[in-house]
Amino acid sequence: MREVSYQQIVSAVKDMCIQANYNLGDDTLKAFREALKQEESETGKDVLNQLIENAQIASSEQVPMCQDTGMAVFIVELGQDCHITGGSLYDAINQGIREGYGDGYLRQSVVKDPLDRKNTGDNTPGVVHIELVEGDRCTIHMAAKGFGSENMSRLQMLKPADGLEGVKQFILETVKLAGPNACPPMVVGVGIGGTFEKAAYLAKKSLFREVGERNPRPDLAELEQDLIEQINKLGIGPQGMGGRTTALDVHIETFATHIAGLPVAVNINCHATRHKTAVL
Amino acid sequence: MSVKEIRVPGDEQQFLQLKSGDRVLITGTLYTARDAAHKRMIETLEAGGELPISLDGQVIYYVGPTPAKPGRVIGSAGPTTSGRMDKYTPRLLELGLKGMIGKGRRNQDVRDAIVKHKAVYFAAVGGAAALIARSIKSSEVIAYEDLGTEAIHRLQVEKFPAIVVNDAYGGDLYEQGERQYRIDES
Repeated sequence: MREVSYQQIVSAVKDMCIQANYNLGDDTLKAFREALKQEESETGKDVLNQLIENAQIASSEQVPMCQDTGMAVFIVELGQDCHITGGSLYDAINQGIREGYGDGYLRQSVVKDPLDRKNTGDNTPGVVHIELVEGDRCTIHMAAKGFGSENMSRLQMLKPADGLEGVKQFILETVKLAGPNACPPMVVGVGIGGTFEKAAYLAKKSLFREVGERNPRPDLAELEQDLIEQINKLGIGPQGMGGRTTALDVHIETFATHIAGLPVAVNINCHATRHKTAVL
Repeated sequence: MSVKEIRVPGDEQQFLQLKSGDRVLITGTLYTARDAAHKRMIETLEAGGELPISLDGQVIYYVGPTPAKPGRVIGSAGPTTSGRMDKYTPRLLELGLKGMIGKGRRNQDVRDAIVKHKAVYFAAVGGAAALIARSIKSSEVIAYEDLGTEAIHRLQVEKFPAIVVNDAYGGDLYEQGERQYRIDES
């Protein structure tokens, strides 16, 4: 059985936390430049130009692009023939967060208890989802999730009779309610089906995709395209100040569901779509 | 597009000439405060105490910066979502606060209080934190040090970029902008 050590995971996680926050992905930068061509609002263009300049400063000066350096979220695809040695996977991820957020001068934004709200001081713990997959690799996907947009996310258990129209309406309504608060232009992650928690997980997972990457299923790819167009007719625009660019992308993931249910979750990401992947 | 330059703190006249949608460059002194500092300020007032800063003619910036790297004045410092401060803002406007910088919508109570007290709500570009930090020339903690990133800091800023969202006349850029660019399906 192939082995991956505790220390390898710590180093990879530390590096991803820092890189995600300093270097905006080319996928998002490309989407900004495309949006700039379409945008009609002068204020909207100004905002998009500021975002491009901000990404350049963050990358060249190696500083965080946003002060909300996020809660660290992980999806680990753990091969069933991969053996982790030297300590627990969860401990290794949290140690990587501790070192990355500390050495990278990232903000400590996590409180230990949601009710008494004392800061843990090292941005741990991260939120870790593990999927067991075939093979002997350990693939770690990391996202720094800001809460301006996380707070505007919603989930609803629709009725099967609400159908596709109900789903679309709920997504559009969620984007409208999010408006300027979610730091548009946003990326809209949608999970349809499964159970209550599965829909939420699918929505989150969809945000790990590259901006511009369509769902491989043609009907869902078409639905994504249709929703991008409808969202960009809402007029919310960059930073909610009016314009054509409200969403950079819409990502949809689906799963089988119960005969009585139609769960829909919408997880919103701000324009700072910070995600990295390490294959160990 | 024209850009207005203002100095803060400032008198009422200066804030009265600003209209929603105006692009503004702010120079002078700002105070930082977000959730925890607001809560403590209001609790202090309710207990009959005095605030650690005078709010007269001042502008508060809703920000919790990242730690400064060695040799730097401040870390990345973009605006946080203002709506979380709505509960506390009308009381601070009563005490002479003239402006707030953040991002996102304010509730009706805050919008009414902005008109009543002839104040202004500005947005800075959310997520443009590295760019905004360039306009911050000094930063010192002046109260509530135990709150860490949420402590009240005094910032000296030069040409800090902002946009007027809510003006003293009831204007609201978020509503106006959305209305102007919305395409209704029919």
